[in-house]
Order: sequence, then C-alpha cells, then structure tokens
Amino acid sequence: MDLLKRNLAPIVEEAWALIDDEARSVLTERLAARKLVDFDGPHGWGLAAVNTGRVELLDAQPVPDVHIGLRRVLPLVELRTPIRLELMELDTIGRGGVDPNLLSVTRAAERMASAEDAAVFNGYGPERITGILEASPHEPRRVREVTDLPRAIIDGTEVLRQAGVTGPYAVALGPRMYDELLAASPEGYPLVKQVERQIVEGPVVRADPLEGGVVMSVRGGDYRLTVGQDHSVGYAHRDAHTVELYLTESFTFRVLEPKAAIGLTRA
Amino acid sequence: MSSESLHEPYELLSPETRDMHRALVSLMEELDAVDWYRQRAEACGDDELRAVLEHNRDEEIEHAMMLLEWIRRHSPKLAGEARTYLFGEGPITELEHVATRGGASGEARRAGADGSLGIGSLRQMGDARPSE
Repeated sequence: MDLLKRNLAPIVEEAWALIDDEARSVLTERLAARKLVDFDGPHGWGLAAVNTGRVELLDAQPVPDVHIGLRRVLPLVELRTPIRLELMELDTIGRGGVDPNLLSVTRAAERMASAEDAAVFNGYGPERITGILEASPHEPRRVREVTDLPRAIIDGTEVLRQAGVTGPYAVALGPRMYDELLAASPEGYPLVKQVERQIVEGPVVRADPLEGGVVMSVRGGDYRLTVGQDHSVGYAHRDAHTVELYLTESFTFRVLEPKAAIGLTRA
Repeated sequence: MSSESLHEPYELLSPETRDMHRALVSLMEELDAVDWYRQRAEACGDDELRAVLEHNRDEEIEHAMMLLEWIRRHSPKLAGEARTYLFGEGPITELEHVATRGGASGEARRAGADGSLGIGSLRQMGDARPSE
C-alpha cells in the first residue's frame, strides 16, 4: 500500500478519474510559478531535503584539532488540504452520472495552487523558503493605473538588463492587476497583447498570492522549484455519509539569482 | 543523403521527420554497438583487451542516452511514456495499470506512475530544461 491509500477509499474507478481530472484541470490553470521557473523532479516521497552545498561550523570539538561541520540543507515542505465529498454524490458516477458536485475538489486545488505560488513569490519565512520578491534587491516599480503597466514593465526589464540578467522576460500579476490588464484596450488594442508581444516575449500569468506583480527573467537557471511528491489525491477516512480525501504535495524552492526579478507595486 | 534507410521519398518528409530519423537510426547503431562490445568483451581471452572493449561499450551507452534525451525533447509522446515507465519502482508491467487506473479519460492516462496527477512543469517556452 502506498502513502496515498487510494485503494482503501470507497470510491469507484470512474469517480477517481473525475476527481483527478478536476484537480488536474484546476491546478494546471491556477499554478503560476510552474509556468515561469525551472522545475526539478518529481523525486517522490523519499526526497526530504535539497543540498545547498553549505556547511555550518559547530563550536563543539570533542577531539582536539577535529572540527565539526553540519551540512546545511533545505528541507521540503509538505502541503495537505482536505477534500470532503458526499458518498451519495460519488455513487451517481458509478450509475453513469457525469455531472457530480466536485466543488470541494475545485476549492482544494485552488488552495494548493495558492499555497505553492505563495511560497515561490512571497516565501515561507527565513530558514524555510525565500520567495522571489523578498530576495530581489531591486526597488519595486510603482504602478498608479493599469495604463502605467507597459511603462513599468519596460522599466523593470531595463533594471534587470542593467543587472546583467538577460531575457526572455515574463510577468506575473496579482488577480486585481491581472484582471485590469485583461480588460484594458486603450485605442482598441488589448493591453495584455501589447505587453506579451512587444515587451516581454514571455507569458503574462495570473498569480493569486501576489498583491502587485513581478517582472522576471525566464531564461532558466535563476529559480528552481524542486518537487518531491507532485500534487496527488489521497484518502483520509470516511463516515456514514461522507468521504474525506486530501490533496497533497512536497516541494521546496530556491532563488539562485536574486537579481533576476523586480516587483511591481500599486502606487 | 545521411541515411539509406528512409522508407519514403526524401522530398516528401519534413525536416523534423528527417532529423528524427537521423536520431533514431543513430540510437539503433549505438545500441547495436553496445550489444557487440558486450559480447566481444565476454568472449575475449585477453584481460587488457577486455577492459578496452568494456570501456568502449560504456561509451556507446553514454552516446545512446544522449540521443534518447534528444528524442525525448522532440517527441511529446515518447516523453509522456518515459514519465510513466522510467525511473519507477516495482514490477514494470504494473506501471501501465497504475498510470491508467484513473479511467478512460486521456487526462487520467497522463497521471504519474507515482500516483500523482502528473502536473510537472507547466513551462511552455523554448527552454525545455530537463528535470535533474
């Protein structure tokens, strides 16, 4: 039996397929960082930490002239969020129903995408995960209105260029800024197309945990998401009427070149 | 012509198909060489010659893997199957069942052999930096 214990769940195969499809569909759409950073893995549950190559020297010296160094590693974090489903609803799938209520799966996938992206862009705190924005040494560009975005993004790419960070560049925006950009079409031409085709060469993606946005290089080698167990649906327990599943993953994230991104903030 | 083994007229084949043919034929040649060197090394009576033959065999394995990686990067179907069958654990013949047990949908078939949803990298750009 594996860690996910899926074979213990009172769920027919067809229902598992729909649950997995729904989770996969939402995650693929919502996960923003995976569209921009290097991906390393998946390595499975067995990977507990990433080697940083660094050593911390300890004061302890049990034998004279023997120094002790403790290897510094970056441990993976494990995320887990519950999915609660009605057994009656799942049984409809076994009877040929094709429109079960899987809102709990949708919400769980949205939470997982937000949690992963929050780690990558904002970080999980010192000694855990440092995010792209907190690592960036550049002063964020201020955006007063959505029509300021192209200018701010051009300024941002110029800052990166000056710092020796080459393109192609991409942009991640928080929900508010992203929606405004999508809706804006001054002089009849969609602003988002102008940004994507004429300014950055890379994609413009929506990242829910961002307040403002970030302009970053996607040339590769600057940011690395290391995944142990990739997003998976497992079985927790059941009662008479409901079954509790969970969505889980293990990962960590490293900023290898802090200068490769610059923030965008609302003025 | 880089190869005499084309099955269709050269001018009817796209540059991508010609390059893929070159890679596949090269891979076959490297694997043939691995087989030959292994047999020769095993049958050889001279220890020093055997060491050279074994060294050559291992070089051919390296060449074959470089070609396989090129093919993986240019064939999404092969990359998908590689994700299912390579570097797993347990009986190989059960990996297909694990990958497809989600049901009949095409998406479910792409699930990882580790029980995951098989999301992986979502980068669409030219940089297809391989997983390490």
